[in-house]
Amino acid sequence: MTTGSVPAKLAEIIDDFQDLTEPDRLQLLLDFSRELPDLPERYGEHPELLEQVVECQSPLFLTMEIGAEPERPVHLFFSAPREAPTTRGFAGVLLEGLDGLPAAEVLAVPDDVPDRLGLTRAITPLRMRGMSAMLGRIKRKIREAQ
Amino acid sequence: MTLTADPQDKFAEYAHPERLVSTGWLADNLGAAGLVVVESDEDVLLYETGHVPGAVKIDWHTELNDEVTRDYIDGEGFARLMASKGISRDSTVVIYGDKSNWWAAYALWVFTLFGHEDVRLLDGGRDKWVAEGRDMTTDKPEVAASDYPVVERDDAPVRAYLADVMAHLGNPLIDVRSGDEYTGARTTMPSYPEEGALRGGHIPTARSVPWARAAAEDGTFRTRAELDAIYRDEAGLQDGDDVVAYCRIGERSSHTWFVLTHLLGFEKVRNYDGSWTEWGNAVRVPIVRGSEPGGLPAQSVGSAQSPQVSR
Repeated sequence: MTTGSVPAKLAEIIDDFQDLTEPDRLQLLLDFSRELPDLPERYGEHPELLEQVVECQSPLFLTMEIGAEPERPVHLFFSAPREAPTTRGFAGVLLEGLDGLPAAEVLAVPDDVPDRLGLTRAITPLRMRGMSAMLGRIKRKIREAQ
Repeated sequence: MTLTADPQDKFAEYAHPERLVSTGWLADNLGAAGLVVVESDEDVLLYETGHVPGAVKIDWHTELNDEVTRDYIDGEGFARLMASKGISRDSTVVIYGDKSNWWAAYALWVFTLFGHEDVRLLDGGRDKWVAEGRDMTTDKPEVAASDYPVVERDDAPVRAYLADVMAHLGNPLIDVRSGDEYTGARTTMPSYPEEGALRGGHIPTARSVPWARAAAEDGTFRTRAELDAIYRDEAGLQDGDDVVAYCRIGERSSHTWFVLTHLLGFEKVRNYDGSWTEWGNAVRVPIVRGSEPGGLPAQSVGSAQSPQVSR
C-alpha cells in the first residue's frame, strides 16, 4: 500500500486512527463529528449554494471554493445534521486532512483512503461508502472547475 | 419478570397495546428491575452522542447480522449478544431509535425471530424523547452480564424467503418502499447509496404503501383509525389475510410488519428481508414496472415453482 500521494496532514490522521483500538477509533471519529465547524454565514444563509452528496446515508451537503492559479488552493465546506454523527465525522476527517491544499494534491489522494482509517469492520463497508462518495464528489467538482 | 403495560388511551385501541410504551411511561420506569432499554439507530455513532440514561446500544449491522452469510445471527450468537447487554429471557425490553423507530422496529423483529416474549417499542422513538427535553447522557451504562439461553431461531412465522414469496403470489403483498422505487424509476431510496439491485420495479400484485405513512409528524404511530384507513380501506387487507411485506433490505418493512402484527392484529404477517436487493437481482423472477400492481405471471399462479436461484 503506497502512502506516497497522501497529503501529510491526512496521513497523520490515518496514523492517529491506526494507532487506536477499534472502540477508540469510533470515539475519535465522534470527536471529528463534534468539531465539524458550522457553515460560514455566506453559505449558512444560502443552502441553495450547497450540493447534496446523495450517496451518503444521511444528508450531507458540500461546497468548495477554489483559489487562484497556480496553486488553486481548495477550501471545503460541509453541512450535515447533528443526528448524523458518522457522516459528520467523515466530513471532519476530510476537512482537516485536505482543506487548503492545492487542487492537484487533492486530486492525487488515493481513492482507497477511507479504507485506511481502520473503521471498515466497525462501521461496515456500506457505511464507509459514504466517505468514498464524499471524496469522489470533491475530486469531481475540482475537475469540473478546471 | 415483566413490567405492566402502559395504559394509554391511544394504545388501548391497538390490537396489542402492550407492545408500545410512551415517553412518559419510560421516564417513570427507568431503572425498574427487569427493564432493559435498547437504542438501535441507523447511524452507528448516534447512541454515543447521547442516549436515554441506562440504555444499551444494539447495532443492526454489526451485531444482528451474520458477518459472512446474508442472514441473522444464530441462537448462540443471540444468546451471547443478550448476555452482553444484560438482557435475560424474561426481561422487558423497550427499544427506541432514530427515524421514526425504523431500525428499532427492525431490531424488535429480530428479537421476535428468537421468540423473546416481552419486547416493546417506544412510541415516537429517539426524536420524541429528545424533542421533549428528557434526560440524555453520554455515560456508558454499567451492564451486569446476564444469562440468556440458546434459543433456536424460528424464522417461519415472521420471515419469508424468496421461494416463500414465489409461493405466496396471489396473496396480499405490501411494498413499503418509496413511490419511485415501486414504479422502477429508481432502485434505491431518494438520497441513499446504491446497493446494487440490477432491476427496478416491484413484485407482481404488490400494493404500494410507503412505510412512513404509518408514522405521524412527531414519529409516533398513527392512531388505530388512521392505520385502518390506510391498510384496510386503501390497501384492501382483510382479517385472516396472509401478508408479506418487503422493502429493500427488510428494515423499512419491519416497521410495517410491526404495524400490521401488533397494532392492527393481523395474525399472519411475514417480512421478506431479502426484499428488493434479492428480488431485483434474482434470475427469472417476475417483475412489474409502473404504478399499477400488475397481474400474476401465468406460470407461477398457485404453485411454488422456484426460479433458478438459491436460497
